[in-house]
Amino acid sequence: MIVGANPCVRPNPGGHNGGRHIGLPLQNKNMTPEEVYKKLQEFFPNVIFEYVEGAKNAVTGKTTGDPAILVPAESILAVCEKLKVADGLNFDCLSNLTAVDRKDKFEVVYHLFSYQKRHQVTLKVVLPREDTAHVSTVETIWPVANWLEREVYDLFGIRFDGHSDLRRIMLPDDWVGHPLRKDYKEAEDYHGISTTRPPLLQ
Amino acid sequence: MPEFRTEEMLLNMGPQHPSTHGVIRFVVKTDGEVMSCAVPDVGYLHRSIEKISEQATYNGFMPWTDRVDYLAAMNCNVAYAMAVEKLAGIEIEKRGEYLRVISMELNRIVSHLLSVGSVGMDVGAYTPFIHALRDREKANDLIEELCGQRLTYNYARIGGVSFDMPVGWQAKVLAYLEDLELLMDEFNRLITGNKIFIKRLANVGVITPEDAIAYNLVGPNLRGSGIKYDLRKDEPYSVYPELDFEVPVGRGEMGTLGDCYDRFVVRIREMDQSISILRQCFAKIPAGEHLVKVPKKIRPPVGDVYIRTESTRGDMGVYLVSDGSDKPYRVKFRTGSFTAMSIVEKASRGLMVADLIAFIANLDIVAPEIDR
Repeated sequence: MIVGANPCVRPNPGGHNGGRHIGLPLQNKNMTPEEVYKKLQEFFPNVIFEYVEGAKNAVTGKTTGDPAILVPAESILAVCEKLKVADGLNFDCLSNLTAVDRKDKFEVVYHLFSYQKRHQVTLKVVLPREDTAHVSTVETIWPVANWLEREVYDLFGIRFDGHSDLRRIMLPDDWVGHPLRKDYKEAEDYHGISTTRPPLLQ
Repeated sequence: MPEFRTEEMLLNMGPQHPSTHGVIRFVVKTDGEVMSCAVPDVGYLHRSIEKISEQATYNGFMPWTDRVDYLAAMNCNVAYAMAVEKLAGIEIEKRGEYLRVISMELNRIVSHLLSVGSVGMDVGAYTPFIHALRDREKANDLIEELCGQRLTYNYARIGGVSFDMPVGWQAKVLAYLEDLELLMDEFNRLITGNKIFIKRLANVGVITPEDAIAYNLVGPNLRGSGIKYDLRKDEPYSVYPELDFEVPVGRGEMGTLGDCYDRFVVRIREMDQSISILRQCFAKIPAGEHLVKVPKKIRPPVGDVYIRTESTRGDMGVYLVSDGSDKPYRVKFRTGSFTAMSIVEKASRGLMVADLIAFIANLDIVAPEIDR
């Protein structure tokens, strides 16, 4: 190639004549969370799922929140595997994995998305609010879960069974406590560095 | 030929290192120039923004969202505002939406200019970086006129944006876009089509489309691997459905599909698209209120919502949980830099040490966006 004979100098094609537009166009059948829920019941007749409606606006009555499917902790790995490979579901992407401390329980939240079908669904796993709270890793299904689960472990203290590298990710290894728990109290100092300061105004 | 004894070394790179784009550390395993892998160690910029959200009111948390990704603060502002608006059922006016898109696309240009400039700098081409920063400053001036800030904009509000356009601002932006097109031509002649630069990036740090999805890469990093997916187009929000633009993708035109050059060129071309979007916005922006009236204390219904927006570093997800009070119960930012960083350990296998620098710069990682 000659320097200066530049493929990128305007007007450029903007890339429309290449690339893989994976999946179906938007108008094609993508499933609603409720349909996914029914499909899961078909696949796992012995597992008790629960469908939770999204939040509703008190005045207008319109649903503004996301619906979710509650999955028993012991079934999450099998359910996720099915959601990824089952034809018609094809949840090939773990968009987000996080947790919420509900004070009386932990919720691990999975936001799944399908590039092929363009639909999304929220899964929730309820765990007892104990230091021993644990759930199976989904790292084997979606590699991105490795870091997302490390973050949840670090900030909530929820353990992921079978995780290949369950270490703290944000905080130092010798940090005490899990800051995103609602009852977290920061230690007075960390290695002699004070975490408090006197008020500027008396 | 005498035999040399070699052994694998464990080297530390960072956290303070000129080319790690913020405070990031890598533990590099290498025997000579070719690494067996680089293990990222993040968290040096963890400022517990998500914890802070639980103590702030819905409106009061807005300035903190700037700090999630300080190079694309407009996008963070809007992503957070959209999550609150969706859960609380607040609808904003068209003018507010257009002003948001204008500010976000201007911000995309600002962010991409820094990104493409610093890729050049990190592979040893310092001049293009200065050129990119020079052009970026002018855009910063414009944004400053709009919202009073050059970096942490705090521009979006729940219900719209904080200020309408100042008088005469539109003409200034349009004039800047004219200039920017010429400047980008110059930039492309200087670096994008530069043979040495191409050799430095082509076939380096290849990410297959399968890996890109498995590691949930987003934005230009995903599109660099040839996957045509842009939330602005594919899950349209705001006024993007009314705007006509292309989604550039990598085609492996200088090497392998998904290499560093593909990702670089996607950003260059996205700036062109942003210029086009901005012009359309100014042609279409209707009269109206830039900020609708919302209650002083916003109390979304008990529940949660997850929204995704196309930030400059790709899909930015905001997960918002409300307990019905005037403070968020939980806010989680799912960011592009976090997932991009998680692929480094795998993708760095067999890279040269110097190419790691190019690779990291090329993923357009912003450290506070990883750590939050």
